Amino acid sequence: MSAILKRELGSFFNSATAYVVMAVFFFFSGFFFYASCLASDSANLSYVYSNMFFIILFIVPIITMKSFSEEKRQKTDQALLTSPASLFQIVIGKFLGAFVLYAICCVIFIVYAVVIAFFVSPDWSVILCTTIGILLLGGALIAIDIFISSLTESQVISAVAGFAIGIVIYLMSTLISAIPFDWISSILETVNFVNYYTNFTYGVLRLSDVVFFLSIIGLFLFFTIRVFEKKRWS
Amino acid sequence: MVEVKNLTKRYGGIKAVNDISFTVETGEILGFLGPNGAGKSTTMNMITGYISSTSGTVNIDGCDILENPKEAKSKIGYLPEIPPLYLDMTVRKYLEFMFDLKRVSLPKREHISEIMKLIKITDVQDRIIKNLSKGYKQRVGFAQALLGNPPVLILDEPTVGLDPKQIIEIRTLIKSLGKKHTVIFSSHVLSEISATCDRIIVISNGVIVADAKTSELSSSISGEQKLALEIEGSQSTILNSLKNISGVIRVKKMRDTSELSSKYVVEYQKNYDIRREVFNAMSRNNCPILNMQNGNETLEESFLKLVSQDQNQKEKGGKI
Repeated sequence: MSAILKRELGSFFNSATAYVVMAVFFFFSGFFFYASCLASDSANLSYVYSNMFFIILFIVPIITMKSFSEEKRQKTDQALLTSPASLFQIVIGKFLGAFVLYAICCVIFIVYAVVIAFFVSPDWSVILCTTIGILLLGGALIAIDIFISSLTESQVISAVAGFAIGIVIYLMSTLISAIPFDWISSILETVNFVNYYTNFTYGVLRLSDVVFFLSIIGLFLFFTIRVFEKKRWS
Repeated sequence: MVEVKNLTKRYGGIKAVNDISFTVETGEILGFLGPNGAGKSTTMNMITGYISSTSGTVNIDGCDILENPKEAKSKIGYLPEIPPLYLDMTVRKYLEFMFDLKRVSLPKREHISEIMKLIKITDVQDRIIKNLSKGYKQRVGFAQALLGNPPVLILDEPTVGLDPKQIIEIRTLIKSLGKKHTVIFSSHVLSEISATCDRIIVISNGVIVADAKTSELSSSISGEQKLALEIEGSQSTILNSLKNISGVIRVKKMRDTSELSSKYVVEYQKNYDIRREVFNAMSRNNCPILNMQNGNETLEESFLKLVSQDQNQKEKGGKI
C-alpha cells in the first residue's frame, strides 16, 4: 500500500499534474478570498468555501482521471494484480495518493484563516468544521472518480464522466425541485451532497454528515475492488 | 514447482484454454510453444493469478493461486507479453517501486544493483523508461520479474524486440536461471524454445497437442534420417528385408494405401544413403516401390504438423 501511495505521489509531482491542480486550486480560492474577504472587509470565509465547492467538482476528476485508466492502458495493472499486494491495498493506495494531493491543496484554507487572524479573530469552529467537510467531500468525489477510472482505459472518458457526475451533484437541488414525484425527490434529497456539505459550513459537526461522506468513500472503493474482481472472473 | 491441473478458461461460448494439465519440476525449463492466439498468454495469466480460471487449479510450490494468492504470488516472477513499465519513472525508481510492491526482504540497494548488473541495464539506471529502446524496456521488464529471486519464473515471449546478440544473452541467462528456478517461457518461435528448454509443450487452440522432452521432439534432426516409402507386397517380407539393410535403425508401417500396398517410414543413420539398397532389396523380393520420399522431419515440420492436425480435427468435429 505504501509503495503504491509513494508511486502515485511521485507520478503527480514528477509530472505537471500536481502543479497544475495546485495552481488552479490556489488561483480560484485566492480570487474568491480576495473578492469576498479582503476587498469587502469581511472575516467570513463561508463564501470562499461555498464557491470552491464548484471548483472542487472539476478538479477532482483531473486528479483521478489517470488513476486506473492509465494502468489499464499501459498494462501496468498486470504488475499490480500479480504482486502479493491485495486488491484492497492497491485501491486504498490509489485513493490515498489522490487524497494526499487534494489535502495539500486544502492547506490553503488554513493560510486564509491565518491571514484573517491578523485582523480579527476568525470563527475557528466554522473554519475547522468546513475544512473537515471539504476534505470529506473531496474524499467522496475521489472515491467516485477512481471508480469511474477503473471502468475505462481512456483518461478522457474518465475525466468527462467525472465532470458529468460533478455537474449532476452541483445541480442536484435544481434537479430535485424539477421532479414532480415527491418520492423520487425525497430519495434524491438524501443523497444531495450540497445539503451535507452546507451543514459543515455552519460550523456544526454532525455525525450523520460525516457518516454520509465516509459511506460514499467506502461504497465506491468497494465498487472499484469489485470491478477488478469481476474482470478477473469474467 | 508448478502444478497445473485441468485448467480451463471460457470466454462466453469460446474455450480459450481447454483442460490443460502439466507439472514443471524445480530446475526445469519448460517451453510453451504455439501459434499466436493459441492460449499461451491466457494460460500464463491464469498461472500468475492475473485472471482466474473457469475451472481447474494452479499450484505454486504447494500454494494454490486462488486460495492462497498472497503467498503463491510472492513466489512468482512474471514478465507479461507487454512489460508492465511505468513510463514516467527512471529504471532504478521503477525497480525500487516493484521491490516495495513485492515486499522483498533482501537488502534493497544491493539487490537492485545486482539484478541490474545481471541484466546489463546498470548504465541506463537513471534514464526515464519512456526514452529507452524496446530492447532495454524488455530487459527492464525482465529485471522486474527477477526481483526477490522468486523460485518460479513465468516469461511470456521474453525475447521479442531484442536484437540477435541480446537474444543469445537472454537465452544464456534463462538457461543459467533454470538451474535453480522453475522456468516457464513461451514463444511462437521454435528455434528459440529448442535452444533453451528441457521440455516443450505445444499448445494449439487451447489444448496441449504435444508434451515431450526437446530431445525427443527433435530426434529427427539430431542424427537420424527418415525415408517414407510406399511399397506393394507382403508386409512381413518387406519389414524383414528393410530391417536387414545396414544403417537402418527402425522401420515403421504407417498405414495401408490400398489392398496390396502400404506406407512405411524407415529411420536410418545420417551418414548412410540407403536408397539404392532399398531399391535393390525390394526388387529382389519382387515388391515394387510405388513411391520413395525423403521423409526427414525437422522440429519445425513436426510442430506445424501437430498444430495443423489439431485444426483438421476441429474442422472435422465441427462438421459432424
